[in-house]
Amino acid sequence: MASGPIVFDRAALRRNLRRAEKLGPATFLIDRAAEDLCDRLSAVLLRFELAADLASPTDAVRRRLRGTDLVSNIIAVTGPANAGVAAHDDDRKIIADAEALPLREDSLDLVVSALALQFVNDLPGTFVQVRRALKPDGLFLAALIGGDSLIELRQAFAAAEAELEHGASPHVAPFADIRAIGALLQRAGFALPVTDVDRLSVRYQSPFALMQDLRRMGATNALAERRRIPLRRGTLMRMAEIYAERFGDPDGRVRATFDIVWLSGWKPHASQPQPLAPGSARTRLADALGTQEIPAGDKAGR
Amino acid sequence: MNEPPRDRHAVDPKLLEILVCPLTKGPLEYDAEKQELISRSAKLAYPIRDGIPIMLPEEARALE
Repeated sequence: MASGPIVFDRAALRRNLRRAEKLGPATFLIDRAAEDLCDRLSAVLLRFELAADLASPTDAVRRRLRGTDLVSNIIAVTGPANAGVAAHDDDRKIIADAEALPLREDSLDLVVSALALQFVNDLPGTFVQVRRALKPDGLFLAALIGGDSLIELRQAFAAAEAELEHGASPHVAPFADIRAIGALLQRAGFALPVTDVDRLSVRYQSPFALMQDLRRMGATNALAERRRIPLRRGTLMRMAEIYAERFGDPDGRVRATFDIVWLSGWKPHASQPQPLAPGSARTRLADALGTQEIPAGDKAGR
Repeated sequence: MNEPPRDRHAVDPKLLEILVCPLTKGPLEYDAEKQELISRSAKLAYPIRDGIPIMLPEEARALE
């Protein structure tokens, strides 16, 4: 099981998601991700018999997939926080933790996930478990919040705290960077791993409007190392000033960056393109290009 | 909590086919009477509520 550092307090995370549910969730990010996910899946030109939707905070992905003929059956694997959400939902449902998946090896054709995996403590562990649960040639397609997301908020908080409290405590989660995610996919044993970033700049009335939206996404601070005492009012107000100074537009609105990191990988199967052994080429590259080969001077190591 | 299962089709057979114990990845036995999924390897019984398997060790009943 997870032996690495515990970054996220998963109980706090569940509380945050429940509160978001009560406040009326802010869904523009996940709705965008769900739409994008369907587009990406339809480009694959395959029909998937059995799929799992892993930990997505709303049913947006399943709702959209049901409107297509891409997937025949979809199982929601959701955390306990969203357990009560969809009584009308006719999907099959399992309550489980994304860090300990109760899925049989070689049982799924597709695993999708939208904006959930940024909160997983042991991402490599989750990737390995997803790969196991997929059938050979099964596809994993997920979007998570990463990269430079909320960099403005992170910087404004750090500056305000350095000024007023002579030290900084973490307010914004560390996000996985796209190259690290690509490497993790490969290490977890996925074939043909691909990652890319969809960057959104969202404009808000004020930093407080942004924070309210984060609350309605269930995305407020759930770091295990977070400070447990409430934020000082003075620090908060200074943070908002700094934010508006550095990241404000002429019309007084402020900008917030969201990087949606997309990742996909296939469970290896003999039918997939395989790299050839080095030196096994039967045609010269120079011939294919219709040019003359110019030796680079030194031979590759033997 | 103690209300009887609402109908006999409470758990989808398709779900039972793909579920394993989240801790050991070992097989599960379905106890239709008690509405539980039993993992002998982890000595835990996972509850099924309203047809939804709750595959969380902290929600499971320990078997002696």
